[in-house]
Amino acid sequence: MKYAYYPGCSLKGTGRAYEESLLAVLRVLDVEVEELRDWNCCGATTYMSFDELQSYALAARNLSMAKQAGHDLMAPCAACYLVLNKTQYYVRDYSWIGAIVEHALDAIDLPKDISAKVRHPLDILLNDVGLDSIRAKVVYPLRGLKVAPYYGCQLVRPYALFDSQRNPTSMDRVLEACGAQIVYYPVKTQCCGGSQKGTLPEVGLDLIRHLLAEAQRNGAEVISTVCPLCQFNLEAFEEQASNAHQFHFPVLYFTQLLAVAFGVPLTDAGFQRSFVSIKPILAQREIAYA
Amino acid sequence: MELQRVVKFEAERDPEFVRWITQTVGGERIRHCLQCGLCSGSCPLSLYMDYTPRRLMHLSREGFKEEVLSSYTIWLCTCCYACMVECPKKINITHMMYALKTRAIREHFYPKRFAIPVLAREFSRMIRGSGRITESRLVMRVFFKTAAWRLLGFSKLGLQLMRTGRMRLGREKVEHRADIVTLLNAVDEMKKELAR
Repeated sequence: MKYAYYPGCSLKGTGRAYEESLLAVLRVLDVEVEELRDWNCCGATTYMSFDELQSYALAARNLSMAKQAGHDLMAPCAACYLVLNKTQYYVRDYSWIGAIVEHALDAIDLPKDISAKVRHPLDILLNDVGLDSIRAKVVYPLRGLKVAPYYGCQLVRPYALFDSQRNPTSMDRVLEACGAQIVYYPVKTQCCGGSQKGTLPEVGLDLIRHLLAEAQRNGAEVISTVCPLCQFNLEAFEEQASNAHQFHFPVLYFTQLLAVAFGVPLTDAGFQRSFVSIKPILAQREIAYA
Repeated sequence: MELQRVVKFEAERDPEFVRWITQTVGGERIRHCLQCGLCSGSCPLSLYMDYTPRRLMHLSREGFKEEVLSSYTIWLCTCCYACMVECPKKINITHMMYALKTRAIREHFYPKRFAIPVLAREFSRMIRGSGRITESRLVMRVFFKTAAWRLLGFSKLGLQLMRTGRMRLGREKVEHRADIVTLLNAVDEMKKELAR
């Protein structure tokens, strides 16, 4: 199994722990990845409101290069994952958008074929690697660690390519295979506000507080995420969001929990980058770690 | 008490705006809207909006350009796609919001120093220049152009990010930066050609 890897900007910055833990986990599972050469920003949600056509061209440059590389393109960030997929749909469905994108790719001597399949790591773990292979690699089971699975919006909306739109369970299943206990989390696909904590702080904080409060109400010990912006919002503003409730969760990437179970040393899986340490919880649950 | 007429007369509508919205990728099915309200019900931000998504749909297709483009609704939309998934008429509401934002930026329909459109503009500039986003630099640029004093409130968070190695100040960039500019310019050329 080999994939082209599209990190996106966040995984090189605030989301470094995601990249570190993902690559560590894939190494354990013998999945080969190669970073897409000279990838550019996908444009995310923000460029789309500035100029949508330019934003498709930006995404298409990555897709064209991935097609040339000859492998499926793995995009761990939910926003990248959506934008890359969306570009393929719109280029296909609207011939005039397709014409503009082709013209732009032609201007930089890239082939117009942008049909590289875009895959999320959860999709790869569940459908290519398989739960049995994951179970086989578990050396330190998570012993019923209570996890709130937070998917956020853009992984399953608007396109449900490998999981349910209203009640996704792919992360639940992968973490259960490592011995975690998934708690009821009815807001698992509700929006974290994205960049709004920066632009409209009161509103952003309100959304974040709601997500944290639901995790607490349902007895979660940690929150597991699949998107760098969700992870950042929930982790960085726990203290600000605390009111009558005090929030103090480790907010992790799902790949970090897999890394614990696979016996990857915590420092190789980005745990030193957390604001809230997971060690007391692991000790309390008598979960071993490397 | 100041009395104001809130209802508009037929003649005050903008038919060009209606023509435009029905030709955007998101607004092409707007005439099919049933006004059922599932968009507003599923929207996590509708509680904070001046017009809920359902009302915005109706205002848009009836040509109330000023109300729509100067509303907070289009900026509160985080593009979470909940409305689009729920819409029984499969209207691409989220995409219509993008089209409205783009037009509002182009025609300056937003309060000065309002952070969201400033973010969109700075984000696009950074990509044109480097091909990638350096998060720390982007955040600082937006704050300096909107509310620099608020940066102080982020000093603790900044230190935490610095300590954990998550705030990188070095500029991220692609190797072939000229390609990015050529790519974006080619899109603009083609747009002009299509408009003709």
